[in-house]
This record gives sequence, C-alpha cells and structure tokens, in this order.
Amino acid sequence: MDWQAFALSLRLATVTTAILLIVAVPLAALLVLGRGRWLAALEALAALPLVLPPTVLGFFLLVLLGPRTAVGRGITALLGHPLAFSFAGLVVGSVIYSLPFAVQPLVAGFAAVEPALVDAARLLGAGSVRLVLTLLVPLARRSLLAAAVLSFLHTVGEFGVVLMLGGDIPGATRTLSIVLYNQVENFDYSAASRTSATLLGLSIVALAAIYLGGQMRGGRRRA
Amino acid sequence: MLDLALHARRGSFHLQVECRLASDWTVIFGPSGAGKSTLLRLLAGLDRNAHGDTAAGRVALDGRVLTDTASGHWLKPGRRQTSLVAQQPSLFPHLSVESNVAYGLAGASGVAAFDRASRAARVQQMLELVDAMDLVNHRPQDLSGGQAQRVALARALAPGPRLLLLDEPFSALDGVASDALIGRLQHWAHVKGVQTILATHDATDAFSTAAEVALLREGKLVALGPAAEVLASERDRIVGRLGSA
Repeated sequence: MDWQAFALSLRLATVTTAILLIVAVPLAALLVLGRGRWLAALEALAALPLVLPPTVLGFFLLVLLGPRTAVGRGITALLGHPLAFSFAGLVVGSVIYSLPFAVQPLVAGFAAVEPALVDAARLLGAGSVRLVLTLLVPLARRSLLAAAVLSFLHTVGEFGVVLMLGGDIPGATRTLSIVLYNQVENFDYSAASRTSATLLGLSIVALAAIYLGGQMRGGRRRA
Repeated sequence: MLDLALHARRGSFHLQVECRLASDWTVIFGPSGAGKSTLLRLLAGLDRNAHGDTAAGRVALDGRVLTDTASGHWLKPGRRQTSLVAQQPSLFPHLSVESNVAYGLAGASGVAAFDRASRAARVQQMLELVDAMDLVNHRPQDLSGGQAQRVALARALAPGPRLLLLDEPFSALDGVASDALIGRLQHWAHVKGVQTILATHDATDAFSTAAEVALLREGKLVALGPAAEVLASERDRIVGRLGSA
C-alpha cells in the first residue's frame, strides 16, 4: 500500500471539498434565488465538467496554466513556479472537475425549501447572505452533506485530470488512482486489489454517512 | 395613508386596483379568487414581473413611495416596514418559537438591530400580545394550527411594521379566540399607528371589525367605504339580482 499516495489523495480531496463548499453554496443560492436569463447559461457552465471528458478538461487546464498563456505566466510570476505538475494545480483542476457534484445537490436542496419561508425571511429583512446562512443551509443540511461527500469521493477517484495536469510525481501529484494505474500497468494485481479495496472502502463509508445522516434526520422528524 | 394604483396579470387573471386607504384598519373583502392575496403580495413587494406575469403601478405609504414601476423604483420587501401574515404561518421549522419571533429583529446583514436584552423583551411583549407566552421554547412542529398562526403574527409584529398585511391569518382559530385576537390587534395597531389591511372572504370578519371595507371582485375594486355603507350596497345588489332572477 502506498501510504504517501493515500495521504495525498485524502489531502487533495479535503482541500478540494472545502473550497468547493465555499464556492458552491453561494453559486447554488444564486441559481435558485436569482433572476435573469443568464442564470441558465451559468447553470450550464457549472454542469459542463459532467459531460466534458476529464482528459480534455485536464488538457485545457494544462495549456491555460502553462507558460504559453498570459494566465499561466501571471501565475508563475506570482507563485514563483507553474501551477501545472504541482499540488496546487491539482486542487485547481479538482475544484473545476468536481464543481457539478457540489452544486447540483445544493441546487436541489435549496430549491426544495418552501418559497413561503423565503418570502417570510425577506419580509423580515433578511438580505441574501443571511437568507442563505440562516435559512437555506440549515434546511438543506442533507444536501450539504451529500455535496461534501460526493465532491470528496469524486476527487479521490479522479484520474484523467490528475494525470494530464499533475503527471506522476511522488509526494506531489501521485494520487491513489495514479498508483492503481501504475500497478495494473506493471501486472501487480495483488497490490492493485489492495488499492482498489481501499478506494471501495472509502466510497462505502462515505455513502453510509449520507444515508445514516438522512435516516437520523428523518427519525428526528418522525419523533 | 396608503395610496395604490396597481395593475397585474397572473395568467388569465387581471388585477386592477386604484384607491386611497385612509383608515388604520381596512378589510379587503371578496370571494376566493378575487385577487386579495395577489394584492397583498404586491403591496409587500414580494411579486415582481416573472414568468410572463406582469405587475405595474405605484404604492405609497404615508407619502413614502414603496413601488413606482414608471420610474423603476421598487423597495425590497425587508425595507418597506411592511409585514405580511398569510393563512399558512410559514414558521421557520429549524428555529424555536423565540428565535422565529426574534428573526426580524436583526438587520438585513444579520447584525443585531436590538441588543440581547431588548430583543428578549420584545419577543416576550409580542408573544404576550398574541397570548402565546407559554410557547416561547416550543418548536414549530409541536404547535397546533392556531398556535402557529399566533406565533406567525407575533413574528410579523416584532420588527414594528408601519403597514401590516393580514391574509386570512386567523383561519385556524375558533370564532371566540379569533375575535379576541383581532380586538387586541386593533387596539395595538391603533396605539402604535400601524395601518392594517385584513383580507378575508368571511363576511362576519369583514363587517364586524372594519372601519373601512374595500370590496374586491374578479380583480376589480367595486366598493370602498365605511363597513355599513358597503354592506348596504352589497345587500342591495344581491336583492336586486334575486329580484331580476
């Protein structure tokens, strides 16, 4: 078992999930509460990574963050090193790649909040930030949990973006998925089985957390 | 003093109301579907043009313009000093009764407009007004329909609105309790100078409590005046229809 890759995968997933929740909560609230035709375009853009092949997304990001573009040169000048083939670059790629997995459960959760409650809060003087923090987020707790778990798992399991954008640098960009690919390529199926079992175990634990969380909430409602 | 000139379309339904409501307690009376709720929501600033529906016009409360679509002026609901209590109480289910009533006592950004002590005192005062002090630590899901309506009323009154809109908010209370609560509310509104508009399809509510009645039918204002006068004209209309049948 490559514990270094295991730890890196968990670190990448944790950082990505934290950033995604900070980005996705206001974005989902805007999509649900906002007005205007441009919101449909924004929603489609947020869902684009769902249908875009990961290798294509990884390639675009590799080019964008590389030395051939002004953005890439600017970031390199700012950080002192390019984002591609670094942990920070993986975080950027993972946030974009997993964005729909955070946004869509939150949109569904926020949209399920009764409009009359939103009206009541607005009449009582709640601005947008307060409306989201004191009404939408508490009432869509299960969606928030789902968004966090899906983002985490999706990041742990991603391969195409990681390979294109980060390569295979031990301790920096080599995640469990890359390790698994290397093990299969080397016909080391017993090691690949252990790595796969670890990824499977993570998925089961996370999904159990979602369903148990939902059942506890349902139980409290019925009580 | 509330001046309004509103035109709205909701699908095939058209609302057109132009009047001045001068009484501190006005009842908008009309059958279901007459446009009472639509009118109150427009006054509260909750409905703007959306999904093919349109709303236009002007609303001014004591000279302060709340809506003027001609100039593009539209005050946000929370800035109108207006409260609306609907038939469904819509209490926040994750908050206690106390927190529900206190919700409107914070500023728009959540910065407290009342300090903790004055907020607690205000919550107590409002719950006492609606005779619901014993519910302060309850959760909304533990309340009966009538209790939830009382708490919703206390929540609406707490921020100290200038305009109070009541959309059949006492439907879950029995007649005696409803009359008692309306009596207290009328006294409070009079003392505090709060202009109140009660929408109802119940003739008893309309003509027993109102100094002023606006009769709304199919989206049009067909009568406005002292309750006795409107009642007499309505009685004449019904008698006339029976006579011609």
